[in-house]
Amino acid sequence: MRQYFGRKLLIYFITFFLAVSIDWLIPRFMPGNPVQGMIARANLSAESAKMIYSYYMQAFGLNIPIWQQYLNFWIAIFHGDFGTSIWLFPEPVIKIIKDAVPYDILLLLPAILVSWFAGNHFGAFAARSKWLDNTILPIGYILTATPYMWLGILLAWALGIVVHIFPFSGAYAYSMMPSFTWGFIWSLAVHWVLPFLSLFLVMFGGWAIGMRNLIIYELESDYSHYLLALGTPRKLVRKYAFNNAVLPQVTGLALQLGVIVAGALVTEIVFSYPGIGYLILQAIQNEDYFLLQGCFLFIIIGVLLANFAIDVVYVLVDPRTRIGMQGEG
Amino acid sequence: MSLQVENLTVYYQTLRGNVQALENTTFNIADGEIMGLAGESGCGKTTLGQSLIYLNPPMKYMGGRVTLNDHELPIADTKKMDDFRFKEISVIPQYAMNAMNPTCKIGKMTAELLESKKVSFKEVKAELDRRLDLVRMSRDVLNMYPIELSGGMKQRMVMVLSTLLNPSLLIADEMTSALDVSSQKAVSEMLVEFRNRGFVKSLMVITHDISILYQIANTIMIMYAGQPAEKASTDEIIHAPHHPYTKMLISALPRVGIIQSKKRLTSIPGTPPLLLDPPGGCRFRERCPLAIDKCQEVPPFIEIDNGHYVACWRQRNFTNLSL
Repeated sequence: MRQYFGRKLLIYFITFFLAVSIDWLIPRFMPGNPVQGMIARANLSAESAKMIYSYYMQAFGLNIPIWQQYLNFWIAIFHGDFGTSIWLFPEPVIKIIKDAVPYDILLLLPAILVSWFAGNHFGAFAARSKWLDNTILPIGYILTATPYMWLGILLAWALGIVVHIFPFSGAYAYSMMPSFTWGFIWSLAVHWVLPFLSLFLVMFGGWAIGMRNLIIYELESDYSHYLLALGTPRKLVRKYAFNNAVLPQVTGLALQLGVIVAGALVTEIVFSYPGIGYLILQAIQNEDYFLLQGCFLFIIIGVLLANFAIDVVYVLVDPRTRIGMQGEG
Repeated sequence: MSLQVENLTVYYQTLRGNVQALENTTFNIADGEIMGLAGESGCGKTTLGQSLIYLNPPMKYMGGRVTLNDHELPIADTKKMDDFRFKEISVIPQYAMNAMNPTCKIGKMTAELLESKKVSFKEVKAELDRRLDLVRMSRDVLNMYPIELSGGMKQRMVMVLSTLLNPSLLIADEMTSALDVSSQKAVSEMLVEFRNRGFVKSLMVITHDISILYQIANTIMIMYAGQPAEKASTDEIIHAPHHPYTKMLISALPRVGIIQSKKRLTSIPGTPPLLLDPPGGCRFRERCPLAIDKCQEVPPFIEIDNGHYVACWRQRNFTNLSL
């Protein structure tokens, strides 16, 4: 057991190192220079622009050799320092991310969990009825093949513009300030519906189709046939099939939960929902190295943690993993 | 009479038409009888075994009657058949090694299976333990997952499980095929032991290994192309077969005392007919060295001697008939 997790942890550390290095590299491959962009927007005279440029280059540590920047970056990470945002200068990156994460969790956690439960049960249910299989599953295929943002735009148009039921921009009314009042919570809730629906529907289709295929595979497997040959009630056979078919879906769920912190980029952009996805777009547009780095770092940590969690969960739910481990331990 | 099968016909529905896998099959199995069912691949052995217990698509019931202990089995009605499965008729499937739910402890699965059939696990537990002892398995296996067992252990576990409710008829489908020779012998002897102790009343052992049947079976039924060719006591099938197919099949077996490098094993020339559109009359006609014009008609499967059934126009009781 210890050997198993020891090896897993080592792999995670290597992955973390490589991923973070790439994370550091990517913004620096972007054409242009963040400080230059910042100054260009300020519309300064050539003389003062030059001075301010060299000042900011020094302030952001961009004037030293690239390998030194890289080293400093790692040192800073271990001090918990993600740098200062260029876009929202002088806010520290960590604070900007902290403000955005609650919106991601609020939006994605329910969307992922609810679609997972509903999709799995619906998929398993559809697998046993030819009628449902032939009518509703094509809809599932269409749903899961639909791009989030397109469905988002459709929903915003249908329920926001044509019927005027739900607002479709922001996380709460622009006239409000975040506070613990009923008015604000209500505003938060109505603004939440459309982005939630667009995510939920697409994910639901995906889970349902995956589960339907897995269930059919399990119902065709030898143990199901044996139970049926012994005249076992279909209920028990289906229960076993579901328990086995859900295992791969658990992996999928964990991976989805891992990218919660990444937000749902396009959905958040469509609905101007202030999560991490929205931040990433802003960071790219403003060449904000540090904010972009910070967001990606969050995603890396989230994915790795989720993967690790799933390793642990698998050991708990699937005896085959557990026994495989004893064999090698 | 334990099992009576009359004119059972089962086809496979395929896109290219019906595969006539089992045609007008009639035979009996007596109480306490171990009947071996042998024949080459695709001759309908497994189809016969399956259709007696779990007839599911693409198999299609076309006609015939199956009676077990004077009750007609509703083999075409899978719902009604549930009352008979496991309790009256049970199976050790071809895939016994994979027959148990991989993510469930064996004991838990057994309990849930029994409870779902309205049998109290507690009441059966003592008997289950005794039978595990009998097949030389530790009682601890009930706390294990199937993957913790070896192939032979899984096989024995399924054997115990399938016979737990003392069915009248047990169908053992190719259960020795995946085992080495010594395990084959051990498993087959356990089957006989189960019969002797009354755990099962009669047995149908499906295999293509006639040497196994020679050791354990009371009678052997040889099938060819979806129809029974001959059924008789084991000795008669081995030493005095009547059907030309049986004769050629038996003579194709290696024998002790003959050095095969000096005398090549004979094989039956030709291949079995395709069952999608089998030829009329005797299906062995094309390969039969004794075929005559009469063989254009389907030969009846009739009793020529006490308990000896043959479907052939050329066997001796028919030779007196006008040909």
